[in-house]
Amino acid sequence: MEIGLGAYLTVAAILFAIGMAGIFVNRKNVIVILMSIELMLLAVNINLVAFSQFLGDLVGQVFAFMVLTVAAAEAAIGLAILVAYFRNRGDIAVEDANLMKN
Amino acid sequence: MTIGTIAFLVFAAAAIVSALMVVASRNPVHSVLFLISTFISASGLFVLMGAEYLAMLLIVVYVGAVAVLFLFVVMMLDIDFVELKQGFLQYLPIGGALAAVVVVELILVVAARSVPTDAEIARAHPFMKAGETVSDPAGPNNVEALGLILYTDYVHLFQIAGIILLVAMIGAIVLTFRAREGIRKQDPAFQVARKRADAVALVKVKSGEGIGG
Repeated sequence: MEIGLGAYLTVAAILFAIGMAGIFVNRKNVIVILMSIELMLLAVNINLVAFSQFLGDLVGQVFAFMVLTVAAAEAAIGLAILVAYFRNRGDIAVEDANLMKN
Repeated sequence: MTIGTIAFLVFAAAAIVSALMVVASRNPVHSVLFLISTFISASGLFVLMGAEYLAMLLIVVYVGAVAVLFLFVVMMLDIDFVELKQGFLQYLPIGGALAAVVVVELILVVAARSVPTDAEIARAHPFMKAGETVSDPAGPNNVEALGLILYTDYVHLFQIAGIILLVAMIGAIVLTFRAREGIRKQDPAFQVARKRADAVALVKVKSGEGIGG
């Protein structure tokens, strides 16, 4: 049994779908939603690296490096917003986050 | 089965099970720990593919920084996590169904047209064969090859990555900074501007009388 490009793409697809389902089932918990986004970005990275290796083009790994940077920045900003929100509201239930609406 | 196949199956299964536990775990601290496990398994997959540099970067950046940041925030915020878990079963059917649809679609795409043939790769890259740049044992290793293009052809991308991190750092500081009232702190300008005459008084003390009274 040879492990080819398709196997890695399948793993990445499953990880991406798990991250997507996580956003749906944890609608109240922003921390887990942020973690689900990280999972989806990880799946994208696996795809980029797999294509980069199996097509013999290293630029895919440069792009994965870029996605990694943006994911780290996103996590830092997201958690900072979360901390600021918690200080103002006392909880992190996103379903009650409607200050801008009314 | 070769050792590579076994390693792939182990890492892939570990990554998928850990990712499921990130989503399904009742306690967010456990979620973060399973997230770390997912990242480590994914970096194992990267090593299997031959992308050593990104595998190490995944450990350093994700496990060392991002996951620890998550852990820090989860433990710092005083939240009733049981209440946050409500609605899990309510949204499970729709979430699970959508995830299943996405998995089936993506796997169909992969299965219908998975690996390009060598002829197609040769057409896309006229001067190299598949794997020649990255898996040639005589060529530069992964880190060296990545450095050769990252600091030359893609140096602007590299610098933009640095700027993104700088902006994120400043943004996080601005968002969470608060000026607290009523605390004692140093005022360096005041300290530097203080003269000897303001602070020291020379008193001629008569012998036997002291300065009291």
